[in-house]
Parts: sequence; structure tokens; C-alpha cells
Amino acid sequence: MKFLEKISEKPWQQIGPADGAALIERMPQTPPARVALRFFLAVVSVLFLLITITFLSRSQVADFQALAGAPWQPLTDPSRLWVNTGLLLLSSIAIQVAAYSAVRDRSAPTAWALGIATFTAALFLVGQLMVWRDLVALGYFVSSNPANSYFYLYTAIHGVHLLGGLIALTLVTRKVLAGGAIRSLGPGLSLCATYWHYLFALWLALFALLTSSPETYRLIAQLCGF
Amino acid sequence: MNHTPIADQQEGLHHPRSFLTKYIWSQDHKVIAIQYAATAIFVGLIAVVLSGLMRLQLGFPGSFDFINPSSYYQFVTMHGMIMVVYLLTALFLGGFGNYLIPLMIGTRDMVFPFLNMLSYWFYLVSVLILLASFFVPGGPTGAGWTLYPPQAILAGTPGTDWGIVLMLVSLAVFIVAFTMGGLNYVTTVLQARTRGMTLMRMPLTIWGIFTATVLGLLAFPALLVSAIMMLFDKLLGSSFFMPAIISMGEQLEHSGGSPVLFQHLFWFFGHPEVYIVALPAFGLVSDIIATHARKNIFGYRMMVWAIVIIGGLSFIVWAHHMYVSGMNPYFGFFFATTTLIIAVPTALKVYNWVLTLWQGNIHLTVPMLFAIGFIFTFIHGGLTGLFLGNVAVDLPLSDTYFVVGHFHMVMGVSPVLVIFAAVYHWFPKVSGLRFNEALGKWHFWITFLGAYAVFLPMHYLGFLGVPRRYYAMGDTAFLPDSAAGLNASITVAAIIVGVAQLFFIANIFLSLKRREVSDPNPWGCTTLEWQTPENPPAHGNWGEKLPVVYRWAYDFSVPGARWDFIPQNVAPEQVEWADRSLAPADHLPRHTGTENQSPDETDSSKTV
Amino acid sequence: MRIAITLLLLVIGTVAFHIWSPWWFTPLASNWHAIDTTVDITIWVTGFVFIAVNLFLAFAIYRYRKRPDQPDRKAAYEPENKKLEGWLTIITAAGVAIMLAPGLLVWSEFVRPPQDAAEFEVLGQQWHWTFRFPGEDGRLGKVATQFISEKNPFGIDPRDEAGLDDILVSDNELHLPEGKPLKALLRSKDVLHNFTVPQFRVKMDLVPGLQSFVWFTPTKPGKYEILCEELCGIAHFAMRGKVIVEPEQAFTQWLAGKPTFAQSQQIAAGDPVKGQAHYATCAACHGPNGEGNPSLKAPRLAGMSEWYLKRQIHYFREGIRGASPEDKLGQQMAPMANTLPDQQAVVDVATYLSALPEFTPLTTIHGDTRRGRHYYVTCGACHGQQGEGNFATNSPRLAGQRDWYLKQQLLNFKAGLRGTHQKDSYGHEMLFMARILTDEQAIDDVLAYINSLDGVHE
Repeated sequence: MKFLEKISEKPWQQIGPADGAALIERMPQTPPARVALRFFLAVVSVLFLLITITFLSRSQVADFQALAGAPWQPLTDPSRLWVNTGLLLLSSIAIQVAAYSAVRDRSAPTAWALGIATFTAALFLVGQLMVWRDLVALGYFVSSNPANSYFYLYTAIHGVHLLGGLIALTLVTRKVLAGGAIRSLGPGLSLCATYWHYLFALWLALFALLTSSPETYRLIAQLCGF
Repeated sequence: MNHTPIADQQEGLHHPRSFLTKYIWSQDHKVIAIQYAATAIFVGLIAVVLSGLMRLQLGFPGSFDFINPSSYYQFVTMHGMIMVVYLLTALFLGGFGNYLIPLMIGTRDMVFPFLNMLSYWFYLVSVLILLASFFVPGGPTGAGWTLYPPQAILAGTPGTDWGIVLMLVSLAVFIVAFTMGGLNYVTTVLQARTRGMTLMRMPLTIWGIFTATVLGLLAFPALLVSAIMMLFDKLLGSSFFMPAIISMGEQLEHSGGSPVLFQHLFWFFGHPEVYIVALPAFGLVSDIIATHARKNIFGYRMMVWAIVIIGGLSFIVWAHHMYVSGMNPYFGFFFATTTLIIAVPTALKVYNWVLTLWQGNIHLTVPMLFAIGFIFTFIHGGLTGLFLGNVAVDLPLSDTYFVVGHFHMVMGVSPVLVIFAAVYHWFPKVSGLRFNEALGKWHFWITFLGAYAVFLPMHYLGFLGVPRRYYAMGDTAFLPDSAAGLNASITVAAIIVGVAQLFFIANIFLSLKRREVSDPNPWGCTTLEWQTPENPPAHGNWGEKLPVVYRWAYDFSVPGARWDFIPQNVAPEQVEWADRSLAPADHLPRHTGTENQSPDETDSSKTV
Repeated sequence: MRIAITLLLLVIGTVAFHIWSPWWFTPLASNWHAIDTTVDITIWVTGFVFIAVNLFLAFAIYRYRKRPDQPDRKAAYEPENKKLEGWLTIITAAGVAIMLAPGLLVWSEFVRPPQDAAEFEVLGQQWHWTFRFPGEDGRLGKVATQFISEKNPFGIDPRDEAGLDDILVSDNELHLPEGKPLKALLRSKDVLHNFTVPQFRVKMDLVPGLQSFVWFTPTKPGKYEILCEELCGIAHFAMRGKVIVEPEQAFTQWLAGKPTFAQSQQIAAGDPVKGQAHYATCAACHGPNGEGNPSLKAPRLAGMSEWYLKRQIHYFREGIRGASPEDKLGQQMAPMANTLPDQQAVVDVATYLSALPEFTPLTTIHGDTRRGRHYYVTCGACHGQQGEGNFATNSPRLAGQRDWYLKQQLLNFKAGLRGTHQKDSYGHEMLFMARILTDEQAIDDVLAYINSLDGVHE
């Protein structure tokens, strides 16, 4: 609503610096990188939202065989995925700890937490690859069913985003390797932490979606009007 | 804590040390802007040549044996995709956006200069991948710029082995590039404005570019999703968009997918894309018209609201591209209504441009001529859009040359006229040099009249029922012979317009060679980019101190003022008045105290 | 100044062009007057705005341009005028409503076909139209892509009784009764197509994987063209059909001449032994093993597809091919084809010939195979990358055919001696394609390339 108020101003009647100066004082409260990150998360959300819309409409076609629901379906028992979820959660916590310690200029806990965050994130990716390998071994190929295609599609795009996060994390920590102060990592790590939490929440949503039963899909699809 | 505006944070401002870092791996937004613009114009010229080849075939079918149906459809596809994405989107946002945002809002650079540089290099890579498809077996894809499956990845269409894959990969890379650039533009506008630059003091150019960038950030994911899913279908054999199909007598392995789903995704991107191109054009042309008419833009607030409303509505009109696509026909009611509603804010923009001219002091300079040309072609293209948006009227006209005429008028000629207006307008700023006025006028007249002669008749071919995307009409009973004659004349006009662009290129090169130094503010502009200490602006843009903004961007012909423009960074105390009694009360300094009188605001070196 | 006058002239010119343009809608031949009316309303409203705004623009430029004789004139200072903007919004909204309301009304008619509309099916494929009418039971049988085969090109479910009496129209000529509401059900085998008859005004895409529809009442007897208006590959522009609107009686008669699905499944297989006996007459020219004869200009027949031979013999017998006096060789063939006693004999001969052994004929035409390959990209889309021919695209085998014969036929297509007959539903497409070969050199080049093909499908 503040935005609406703002764009109702009559600028030709506001000559002089007053309003402007006040405006600028308020601005730096949010660092630019955080604003950019918010926009980026909005972009990623749109991306996954659109895939999900297509998923729901596709799930109502007769040839769609959900990966969970019946006892013989591979994701009815998602214990492998729970392990991966645990890894990602660990990573998310660790990176938060790293950010917290870095702001307080504690180098040892920062380094440890960073190490754990990176390692568990990498393990998560490996774990996802193992799930793929198992599915292939069971004969669940990308092309054999749309439910499979969506599983590979979702996990691949999610994984690429995490991989991108790892690259960003490397860029952030590079400063310290070059001899910078631990404290200077603070802002960068806190952005990475936000991104990690987002990817974790996103993964939980995907996990729930991908292991739901056909009835659930039908229900959601009906609610969405497909 | 001592406060420094983000705009002035020197940290991260990357100082070039060698030729390479200055001109190639540059992080200066101005250099990146020129790199973007040059690359976009280069691919744009390729697309112009492709359109010439298409016109040769259409105007004189059977005379050019190197244009067979498959190459014709490849030309169509590449022409469309290059023009829409790799030229217009890249030039407006990567080119003008990059150059103008930091200068117009008074900052030293984009907030993330490195990301900005990366954005350009990703864009260049996407262009190279796209162009590489001309050299792979089978050539580029010929599926039409909309890349509709199943045909885009099935036998019977050119480039289904390599071409389509390269096209999709190139688009994905482009989207990554755009996202990097877009996050930068949005954040810079939101966070790095100089002191006093409130939202409503921003020039409309910034409003247009900003809103278009937000649209792009939210719309391009839809294209990315459809590209990735189509790559899955093509390379991994999934069935997102592929139903059970008998292709050339062979049963394919796909089943259950929906080609219409792709179209929904594509147009969920595709319609905002129209406004991603149009909104920056609206913004640029508003500023050009106001400046050269020496009058404030009429209804600035309405212009801002219209940009925002159009941007919002553009996300709920997409299926007007799909009235006859086989989707649920009941959708037609909703989308026809939203589409016609979007005509209202758009019409208001047109009225306000015209009303800006009314009672103005119109300098018919080269940029102004192009801007007026834009108003005319945009009125035409906008009005023909009402035919196609109105679902029942669309029935006979959809898929005919009426559509080709319409979208070229509204999305081809109009934005390109703005691009030319803007290039001529800002050339003295970017290069510090003057351009040749006579050549510019020749360029305008031939381009404007020629383009109208190309696209007006196409609407009538459409009424007649000539389908688009036909390599040749052959013998078709309902077509009179005169239709072929009309097609030939369109081709002649198109070739003339194409060749006339040499005037533009020659003008730029001649001006760069002659080096006639321009006045730093030859048009008498109010916006910040014309108030830089050096012309063209040096690295860091503003020298020692950032400008402070005291007024909106349209203080032209203020009653009582000595000159017919007051730049945005001129404080009320510094304005020279010819007759103070005429001055609007709010323009005079208010002596109510000193609460806002910080030292750097009073010692500005600018006087007018 | 010049620009103001130019804008004035452009407005006058545009209006004049509109009024005197000979390029306008084809005369309406269906019930959709209402669409033409909405177009007219839109033209009046938009035309008014076009003229009014542009004239105002031109006048504003003329009146307020900078003039040397008034160096001190200043522009007015008017940031906004709420009242004026308000009125403009209201007027614009009203204009939009005037256009939108009738548009939506017409659309609501379009989305609801009348209850009594007679259904028929339009089936599209790359690059050919076929049609299906319900039989006596008034119902179309179920279809599925997996049933589509050479013998069942419509993919009708053989277990569905409703499908047995469906009437199949395999060529691209559609007849429709005048004055009855019709609902065309649209279906595609492969890619997107679009069913358009400009004179009917309405159109709709054919989408593989789903069924769409379009409804109309033909009101004017006559012959119209069906155009595909959704890009469907490189022969898109050649994907044409014909609609003949005629009185109900003539229509029924035409429909009665078409086979039902059940009949199409019962055509007896050819008997090669009988075929060999019938072939004795033909052998005089075409050679004892169907290898053709250069001196008599008789093409090779051995190893050609059965369906293609049947169709061509049928064409010769019906005067669809070889009717033009300029087509001397075709004229020789026509009476010979008629020496075959009946339809069964045609099938027998075709069966016999299609099983004769392969051989490689002598090459007589030389050209630039590289250029030929460039041309052949188009040909290969239907005839196959190796010139093997394809039943699905109704395209005969080219590899291994006598090159001088192919050249003669290409020249015939170019000259309109072949493929122009009304009833030649398949040759029509080839008219467009032969034109791509602009001169004799191009023909020689493409034949040189075809000579290098082995006809084996990859």
C-alpha cells in the first residue's frame, strides 16, 4: 500500500530536496545483494510453480503412474529420500551456524560449519544421484512414464540450483582464502544461508509432491480446476 | 554510523587498468551497454537479411532456386527469434537499460558490476550457439519462432536433429544471461538511486525499463521450463508435450503429452515478452517527446500507472494467442475481456504523448521525427490488435497476413523507430560527437514511409485470407492475380527499407570519423545523464560528488524561468528566473529552516 | 511541417486504400454473418480513432512546431489534467465495450454448436486431408493412434461396432450438404494443423492427442479450398483440400460412392499368378520383368509399391492421368490400362509387379549431385531420405526408377499436364513441389542425386 501511496505523489509540486533526502536515508537497511536474492528466489519460485502446474495437469492423464501409492511403487517407501532430506537439513543448519559465527568473527567454528555445510550439500547431490541410479536399475527410466520424467526433471533442476549455490559459496569464501577477515564473510554467508533454507523448503515441497498418491494428485488437481 | 548512499560506494567499482579490462572484460555499465547494443544490432542485421530473403521468395516465387521450402522456414524461424529475443530484448534492456539506468538515477555503476559483465558474456555465448545452428547438419530449426511441438522435434521439419537442440540451449543460456542482468537492473533502480531521486522523480525511461525487467524476470522462467521440457522430450524420449503420434507412417514411443500445454507455457512467456519490448520503448519515447517538445510529459502519474497496470495485466492475457489452438474454447471469454481491457491504459499513453505535443514548442529534430513516426505506427498497430484480441473477430484473421502485419507494426516497426529515435537522441551523450542531421532525416523518411508501405498492405492480404507461413501460394482460386502484384510491391518496399538502414550505419561511422564534438547537452535535457562533468561520461560517471536531485524529470518551460528547461539536479535556489512572479509557488525556494541543508547540497557546481 | 502534412496524407491514403482495396474478404459462404458484422463494428470504431487521433497529432505538430518567426515562444506548462484524462478513459472504455460485447456474443454462439448439427471428422496428417462420416447409425466409431496402419489409416477401433459403417473419404476432396449445421470434429495423426476455409470464416487447429471442433452451416453451393493454417512442416503450404458444397441429394449420392470402414477391410488380396497372366499385354512395353524400356519411354514397374501401382492404373482408367492431348505418352497408356477387365485384375497386376525383383537401371542423366542434394531436402520429406517412398505420405518410391521417366514426370507436373485433374487428390501437392525446381538444370541435378540413392529405409 505504501507503494500505491508513493506513486500517487505529484512530483511537479515537490521541488527541493526534502523528500528525497529522507528516502535515501532509509534505503541501505537492506543490502542490495539481499534485494537481488529476493528477486532471484521469486524467479526460481515461478520456475518451479510453472513446472508444478504442468505436473498437476499431466498427472490427470490416464497414462500417468505415480511413483508412490501402491506397495510395489519405488517411492512408497521413501527412506532413501529421507536420508537425503536429513543431509540437506544438516547442510542448512551448518551454513546458518557458519554465518552466525562469521559475524562474530569466530574463525574455527565458521570453518568447521562451512566444511560440514559443503560436505553435506555435496552428499545430498550424490544421494540424489544414487536414487536416480536405483530407479534406473528398477527400470524406471526417464521416458517410461511421465511421473518418472517429472521426478528426474524436478530433482535435476533442484540439484542444479544447489550446485549453483555451492559455486556462489566458493566465491564467497574465496575472500578468506585470499587472506580476508572472517568477519567479512558475514553478509555473503548469511545470503547463502537464506538460499540454502529456501532450497531446503523447496525440496520438502517437492518431496511431498513426488511421493504423494494418485488420489492426492486428483484432489489437488480438482482444487486447481484442472 | 556515517551514511554513504549505495550509489556512491566505491567498493566494487572496478577500475580498468588495461585495454582488455577497459573495452573487453569491462565491468563499466557504459562499455557493457555498448557491447550489448553492438552485438544485438549485429544479429539484428542478420535477421534483416533473412527477412529480405523471405520477401524475395514471397514477392517473386520460383525465381530464386536457393530458397527452397526448408530454407524458407528456417529463415522465418531465425528471423522471428532473433528479432524478438536476441535483438529487441537485448537491445532495450541490455543496451539502453545498462547505459541509462545508472546515469539517469545518478549512481556510479550497476550494483553488481561483475554480474553485469557476466551477463553480457553469457548473452554473447547464447548468440554464438544460435548462429552455430546455421553450420550444423540439417541447419537451424524451421519450426517457426514459436517452436510448437510436436512438429518442432519431428520429421518433416528442417533442423530437428541439431537445429532445435541448439535453439533451445541458446534460449536457456540467454535466459541465464537475462536473469543476471535483470537482477542487476531491478536492484540498482530500487537501491542505488542518488539522493532526492524518489520513485516519482524517475524519468519514464527508468519506469519502462524497470517494469519490463520485472516482467522479464517473472516471464522468462516459463520459456526456460518449456525449453527444458522440450529438450527432455527430444533427447530423453519423455512425453511432456508429445501425445501418441504416427509420424510419416511410423508409430512413435510417446503418449499422453499435450502440445497445447506447451503453447500455454510459451505464451505465458510470449505475451509479457511483447511488453518487455514495448514498455522500455514507451519510456524512452516519452522522454524524447517531452524533451523535443520542450514540454513536460502530459499526465506523468497516469503514464507511470499505465506502465505498471499494463505490466500486471500482461500476465493474464496470454491465451489470446490461442483462440483457435484447440484449447477449451470457453477460455476465450476471459482472455478476450482482459485483452481488450489492456487497450485502455495503452490508449491513454498514446493520448498523453499527443497531448504532450499540444501547446508544446516542437523541435522537429531527427529523434523527434522518429518519435512521431512511432506514435503513428503504434496507433495503427495498437488498433489492429483490437481485431485480433477480440475473440470472434480473430476467427477469420488468425493465422493470416493480418497477424503478420499487426505484430510487425506494433512490435517490429514501432520499437525499432524508438530505437532509432533513442540512438540519435543519446548519440551525442554516448560518443560526445554530433551526427549528420541530413543523413538522419533521409534515414527517417525512407524507413518510416517504406515500413508503412510494407506492412499496411499485409493487413489487406489478411482480410483476403492469405495464410501466413506459406512458402508459396501456388494456384489458389480465391486469390486474385493482383495479390501477387501486391506481394511483389511489398518486397520492393521491404528491400528499399532494408537498404536504407545503410544511411544509419554510415551516419554512425561517418560521425565517429569526423569527430565534430557535440555540446554536452545539445537538446536541453533535464535528466541526470546529460549533467555529467565529462561528456561522454568517464568511468564512475560523476567525478567527485554524486548529483543531488531536487525535482522531477520534466521541468520544461516552467513559467517565469529564464531557460526552457531546469535539470533535475538544480536546486530551487539556483534557478534563474526571468520573471519570478510567474513562477509556480512550489518551484521557489522555501525558507523554512535548514534541516535539509547539508554541505554537499549547497556547493553544487551546477548553475543554469 | 513536412511531417504534419505527411501524417495527413498517410491518413487520407490509408482510408483511400481501405475503401478502394480490391483485397477484401472473400464472399461469405456460411452462416457466420455475425463475424463479418463484428469485423465491421471494429473497423468503424478503430477507423474513427485512427483518423481522429492522427489528425489531432498532425494538427498539433503543425500548430505548435518551432518556427523561426517566433523564437521566444515557450511551451505551456501543464503537468496533468485529471478531468480530461478521466473523460478519455471513459470514452476509450466505452469504445472497447462497443467492440467487445458483440464479439463475446458471437463467441458464445461459436462455442455452442446447435444440438442438431451433423457431425463429421476431419483428419489431418503431414500433408494431406482425409475425412470420415458416420454411417447409418449416425455415430462415429472410436479411434486410437495405435490402430493406425497401412490398412487402417483412420485408426478406427476394429472392435467398435459403431465404426464399421463409418464412411471413409481418403482423398482430399470433401463434399458437404448445403443449409445444414455441421460440426467438424478435428483430429491429427502427427503434428498441429489448422482447418480453414476462408469463405466459412471460422477455423480451428487440429491437435494430436485431442479432439477439437468447429461448426458452421454452409449456405452457398460451390467449390472452396481448404487451407492448412498452422505450420506443419516443409510442405505446409501445399497441404490443401477442396470442399464442395452441394444440395443434400448430390451430397448423399457422393457419400454413397465412398467405402465404409468394413468394406475397406474386406478388399481381397491380389493374386500374383492371375496378375502375371494379365501382365502379358503390358510386358510388350514395360519389359518381361517390369524393368521398363528406354526406347519406348515405358517406366520401370518392378518393385513399385502395390498401392501406388493400383492408384496410377486407376487414374489412367478414369482419365485422371493421361487425359491431356499434350501428354502423348500418358495418352498411350490410358487405353492400355483399360484392357484390364475389372478392379480385381488391377489389384492382381499390382500385386504381381510389386513382388518382382529389384534391379539397378542405367543412369542417363548427369548433374551436380551436391546441388541436387540441396533440392532433395524438400523431396525427401515425403519420398524418404533414401527415395524409398512412403505410404503414409502417399509418395511413391523414386530410387531405382528410370531417371528419364522421372524427368518427364517432373516436366509434366511443371507444365500442368499431371496433377491438375480435379480428382487427382495426391498429385496436386506435387504441383507446388515441382515448381521449386526452377529450370532443367535443377531437375538434372536432383535426378543425379536420386540416382545415387539406394532406396533402403534407414
